[in-house]
Amino acid sequence: MTAKISTITSGKGGVGKTTTTANLAVSLADMGQKVVCIDSDIGLRNLDVVLGLENRIVYDLVDVVEERCRIRQAMIKDKHFNELYLIPAAQTRDKNAVSPSDMVRVCDELRDDFDWVLIDSPAGIERGFRNAVAPADEVLVITNPDVSAIRDADRIIGIIEAEQKGPANLIINRLNPQMVKRGEMLDADDVIELLAVNLLGIIPEDEQVIISTNIGKPVVLEPRSRAGQVFRNIARRMMGDDVPLMDLDYKDDFFHKISRAFGGGGN
Amino acid sequence: MESERVGSRLPIKGFREGLLITIGAGRWDQACETLLQQIDEKEDFFKGAKIAIDVGEREVRAAELGELRDCLSERGVTLFAVLGKSAMTQAVSESLGLSTEQQVLKQDRSGIGIALAGGESAILVRKTVRSGISVKYPGHVIVDGDINPGGEVQAGGSVYVWGKIRGTVEAGIDGSKDAEICALEIVSLNMRIANIGNADQSFLNKLRKTPKRVYLDKSELIITDWRQVRNS
Repeated sequence: MTAKISTITSGKGGVGKTTTTANLAVSLADMGQKVVCIDSDIGLRNLDVVLGLENRIVYDLVDVVEERCRIRQAMIKDKHFNELYLIPAAQTRDKNAVSPSDMVRVCDELRDDFDWVLIDSPAGIERGFRNAVAPADEVLVITNPDVSAIRDADRIIGIIEAEQKGPANLIINRLNPQMVKRGEMLDADDVIELLAVNLLGIIPEDEQVIISTNIGKPVVLEPRSRAGQVFRNIARRMMGDDVPLMDLDYKDDFFHKISRAFGGGGN
Repeated sequence: MESERVGSRLPIKGFREGLLITIGAGRWDQACETLLQQIDEKEDFFKGAKIAIDVGEREVRAAELGELRDCLSERGVTLFAVLGKSAMTQAVSESLGLSTEQQVLKQDRSGIGIALAGGESAILVRKTVRSGISVKYPGHVIVDGDINPGGEVQAGGSVYVWGKIRGTVEAGIDGSKDAEICALEIVSLNMRIANIGNADQSFLNKLRKTPKRVYLDKSELIITDWRQVRNS
């Protein structure tokens, strides 16, 4: 077993990196994959909350790096899946507590025991981002369909290309089809045309994501959530499956409404 | 490609094989001293780096090049190529086992190459110039891709873009008023030729979604259809 190391990053903060990391991790685990998530946002940890594991933290990533514990001791097992683990970030330290070479060493140690290592990157392009990208085999860039998030995503993609970690894969998060229809939001084609990278998925705006995050239960565990369905499809694409992109303009579509009523649907 | 230029510091560009450092006019020993000082300031960054130096038309002697190579080696930096127009410099470089311009450019698959034709030099950038990336070149710049918002191209000569200009483009940065900017589409006003720009929004509305050519006429930026120019 040799894990694939995927870093989820964005440049801009608040676009959905942590939510995406949690949901992709759960989706992959649900497909029988052995997954470990690393929260590299030291000082601002959140992934534990989204996964509902905040009360189980004993050791964290900095404890591993500074050799106060073994890596297995810092891994928290998920409540729903036996083969899903979290290595949380330290909350009382800063990004300089970990170096890029530390991250490479930690990930190398995990490679033989897992199928996937997902790294939740902090916002920005400084040390925390460099730490998160250093061990990556592939980089998933998250953006919202707004000009400032896209500008930052473009910057990140440029850095990833310069460091020969590319080509990056793109996930567009919180697209509102109705706003696109009214011409009030950039559509996915505009974003892809500008960023010129491979698109992995388009996550529609879905209030169920916020509800799920607040109760520490990733939205992919909600079978009727549209966003949850998209996360599952993205995970399948990460596994190499050929899954067509869903038409998000579903609200006017009678068949999609029927499909949703029975908990199904594409994307 | 990213570059940095601070005061009298030497410009450094990254390409697939390593770093390209341009040594301009002036005394060789001073340029070497500046280069070594830059390396010493960022020891971690340069440690283990492979560098090529572009000496332009300068004629460099074997002793000078050998001494620089040794000084770099002491700092853990490998000099692997010398780019220069002088036949003597090329011969000296080859005698020291260093690559010369043609060999390096053949190896470079990063999407950036330097072409020399008719005494004019041009750099070819075969990728999107993304936000935060700055391409600076004393000759012409040809971009096979877009220039995105936050991306920047500065050329001593003209800039030709086989794509969209959404970012910053400056042609004729050394004051050349013959320089021009051409692109398949221009959606940004952030353009200057010989430091002359045009902030009038209607300037852009003239030729939307068509290939454009921007040039200077009596200190005024003129925008026209690129296809008409090419057909005339």
